[in-house]
Amino acid sequence: MTNLIILPIFIPLLTGAILICLHKKIAVQRIVAVISSLGTLIVSSIIIHKVHQDGIQSLNISSWDAPFGITLVSDMLSAMLVCTTSIMALACLLYSFKSIGNERENYYYYPVFSFLLVGVNGAFMTGDIFNLFVFFEVMLMSSYVLLVLGGTKIQLRESIKYLLVNVISSALFVIAVALLYSVAGTLNMAHISERISAISGYGMPGIVSVIAVMFLIVFGLKGAIFPLFFWMPGSYYAPPAPVLALFGALLTKVGVYSITRTFTLFFYHDGFVFQLLSILAILSIIVGVIGAIAYWDVKKIIIYNIIVAVGAILYGVSVMNPASIKGAVYYLIHDMIIKAALFLLVGNIIAITGSANLKKFSGLISRYPGLGWTFFIAALALAGIPPLSGFVGKLLIIQGGFEGNSFFGAAIVLMSSLLVLFSVMKIFINGFWGKNLTFEGEEKAPVKWLLISPIILVAISALYGLYSEAILPYIGQASDTLLDPQIYIDAVLKE
Amino acid sequence: MEILMAFVIGILFMSATYLMLSKSLLRIIVGTGLLSHGAHLLILTMGGLKRGSAPLLGEHAKNYTDPLPQALILTAIVISFGVTAFFLVLAYRAYQELGTDNVEEMKGTEPND
Repeated sequence: MTNLIILPIFIPLLTGAILICLHKKIAVQRIVAVISSLGTLIVSSIIIHKVHQDGIQSLNISSWDAPFGITLVSDMLSAMLVCTTSIMALACLLYSFKSIGNERENYYYYPVFSFLLVGVNGAFMTGDIFNLFVFFEVMLMSSYVLLVLGGTKIQLRESIKYLLVNVISSALFVIAVALLYSVAGTLNMAHISERISAISGYGMPGIVSVIAVMFLIVFGLKGAIFPLFFWMPGSYYAPPAPVLALFGALLTKVGVYSITRTFTLFFYHDGFVFQLLSILAILSIIVGVIGAIAYWDVKKIIIYNIIVAVGAILYGVSVMNPASIKGAVYYLIHDMIIKAALFLLVGNIIAITGSANLKKFSGLISRYPGLGWTFFIAALALAGIPPLSGFVGKLLIIQGGFEGNSFFGAAIVLMSSLLVLFSVMKIFINGFWGKNLTFEGEEKAPVKWLLISPIILVAISALYGLYSEAILPYIGQASDTLLDPQIYIDAVLKE
Repeated sequence: MEILMAFVIGILFMSATYLMLSKSLLRIIVGTGLLSHGAHLLILTMGGLKRGSAPLLGEHAKNYTDPLPQALILTAIVISFGVTAFFLVLAYRAYQELGTDNVEEMKGTEPND
């Protein structure tokens, strides 16, 4: 079936359109949304299987040949990311049922949720640079609505900042695409890669480095790397927990994926931009851990941990040898799962205690042991304790760093784990141990239901760590494509 | 011709940056409008400004102008329309709710508002 790889974009799009028509019937909306995300999950698993068997799948839309039409490409990296996205979506959806509240559900929460998935899946699967811009806008437009939906003061205020930053970065994206078009004369990503390597045969022209840095700024703004993360702590503080989990798990990772894709496909000749990326990644790790240990607010701590993870992944990409790329891919997927789990658990804590301030609650473990131990396992997985999923990725990134003689960066990644562990253990020790306090409105919190999705995600993360031997062939296939762009080009242009 | 356009686009970007750094929210939105104008003109310029007929096959001309940048601009224009409309309504709601259009006053650290 040749149209298989368009289904992860098409199913949520169709669902979104149907859900708009059903916007007063909340029960029906929930069922349709769950069915559609299950469908996307099944389809994306089939795509992973197919890519594993037959190599990269590409689809020329309307049968226009590759450089002239829009091509959708699914290599192992994007197939795995789409699959992870569907798992995330399902978990956040189940969590939303009892936590998002009727007033939001009445105002198109589920349709916008579906459109966000259209944007994310499209951005992972497209093979055309302008189409990537369009899918970014689909994703961002939905994220604006999800961020402001509900209309409390803090949401309005932070939405303005988030919107302004993203409008500017979208304009920069358009400018970068315009410059790239004037240099390469094409928009198909495989074709651009071919043209850029053709001109770099005659000495690297400076304009290519300039465009590479512009792409780094654009995607760095989306992905929150060191000097461009300033909008994130405020904006991610505003939305309710399931939306926050979706943002924290997906949106920044799309920026990270785009940096990985463009740098390994277009700019792999250019040593300068990789050096720049490596420095910025290390600085992101440092700034992230400083933020993570500075705050006494559970949401803020996890938000700063996103910056640490983005730094670690991009450091792996910047070293660009087989071990580090494998590690970056492995860590990217691990981090999507575990960040969603942590945000959902934090949402659960806030639902019980009514506060995100660590100094205002303690002793939760005596009444909520399930929540406590799930959080404990998630915290260990985040820090990278061996049987769990964070370990293999970080191990490979550090191994790659040492093999690439980048000792300083590898040491920073190693030490960051310690401070990350400290920051989440601070939540565990201060929030779950200590004096047993009771809270207003505690009985009303649907704790049992809200615990289902984090437990599923933590279980997946544990299995992902325990069965890493079984998953590594897939990761290896993904990193082979990143290391050798010729595989991608051949699959798309079919020469 | 391209050099002239480059200067015009540069001035647009300059004004946009200046406006976006101001305190009033409406000036910021005007700034984003100028920024997207600049970006759209840049796509058109970067596609090349060679002489040629409008890209309609009915013209039966020898040379046509490049149709691709025009399609890109059309897409980018409607997207920025959508975003600007949303931004304007957001600014209106924020003015109603927060009672100010001064970005300096839109701070606050109340944790669970």
